Amino acid sequence: MKNLKDKYIMITGSSRGIGATIAQHLAKLEAKVAITYSSSSDSAQQVFQSLEGKEHLLLQMDVTNSESIKNAFDKFMEHFSTLSALVNNAGITKDGLLLRMQDKDFDSVLKTNLYGNFYCAREAAKYMIKARQGHIINISSVVAQIGNPGQANYVASKAGIEGLTRTMANELAGRNIQVNAIAPGFIKTNMTEQLNVKQVQAITDRIPLKKLGHPQDIAETVAFLLSSSYITGQVISVNGGLAM
Amino acid sequence: MNIEEKVTSLIVDQLGVEKDKVKPESSFVDDLGADSMDIVELVMAFEDNFSIQIPDQEEGNIRTVQDAIDFIKENQKANS
Repeated sequence: MKNLKDKYIMITGSSRGIGATIAQHLAKLEAKVAITYSSSSDSAQQVFQSLEGKEHLLLQMDVTNSESIKNAFDKFMEHFSTLSALVNNAGITKDGLLLRMQDKDFDSVLKTNLYGNFYCAREAAKYMIKARQGHIINISSVVAQIGNPGQANYVASKAGIEGLTRTMANELAGRNIQVNAIAPGFIKTNMTEQLNVKQVQAITDRIPLKKLGHPQDIAETVAFLLSSSYITGQVISVNGGLAM
Repeated sequence: MNIEEKVTSLIVDQLGVEKDKVKPESSFVDDLGADSMDIVELVMAFEDNFSIQIPDQEEGNIRTVQDAIDFIKENQKANS
């Protein structure tokens, strides 16, 4: 894997799960990373301590609040003075069947996953446009493509992210900024640990490769996209063949 | 540096055009080759450098270098 020396990368929602593994992997490839978290400062601190290399940054940032985002980016630029890439990973779930899903559950998932993605990308683009380079990598999900009962809010937010990815890729291509999304399938994280054994078995049966993915699979795809200079506007599926 | 000079220098930086091409009557799009993203970047550069806000509905009215200078002068006055 190509080394990411002299790359300065912000990964949102990286206090745990896939985001944490992305941060650790990029740091291992010698990138300088900023971990952002909204409220889990203890686990963010742990991830931060686990990073290889020096000069990394730990930032509290609420992706639903553009003022908080602006402050975090200001601190990032003060610390690193360059923004090479943004990984829009922050996301939440509030599952419930359509008829039982409350307005606030739909709103809060859209607000964090989709609006948050847009707010952060817009802020990042301001710096990247000036630099005439940059990568924005949005974390979508296989469910954007295939749907998932009980996740109307989550699926809508992820499908939104994919449309946003293509539009941003178009708008920013002229400034040499690449925008892509990664759509993970079922990955072993806290999010999937909430499922019981039967549910996990049922999911595994549907996956052609007959196993759940690992956060490392996503982290390696992020590193791959960062090393590419000719991929933009794409959604890369990393899902064991669950959707083809 | 007065406002005219500062505006000219921002345009030269942003659009990568020769300084003597930037005349008061020059249109950003027709004469200076700006695309829509260039205009957005120029507007943001004006906002940053002159501490003003250029609302979206005004953006369309700023077609030439003189339009930009006039807008900046008026709004800086309004601020002070």
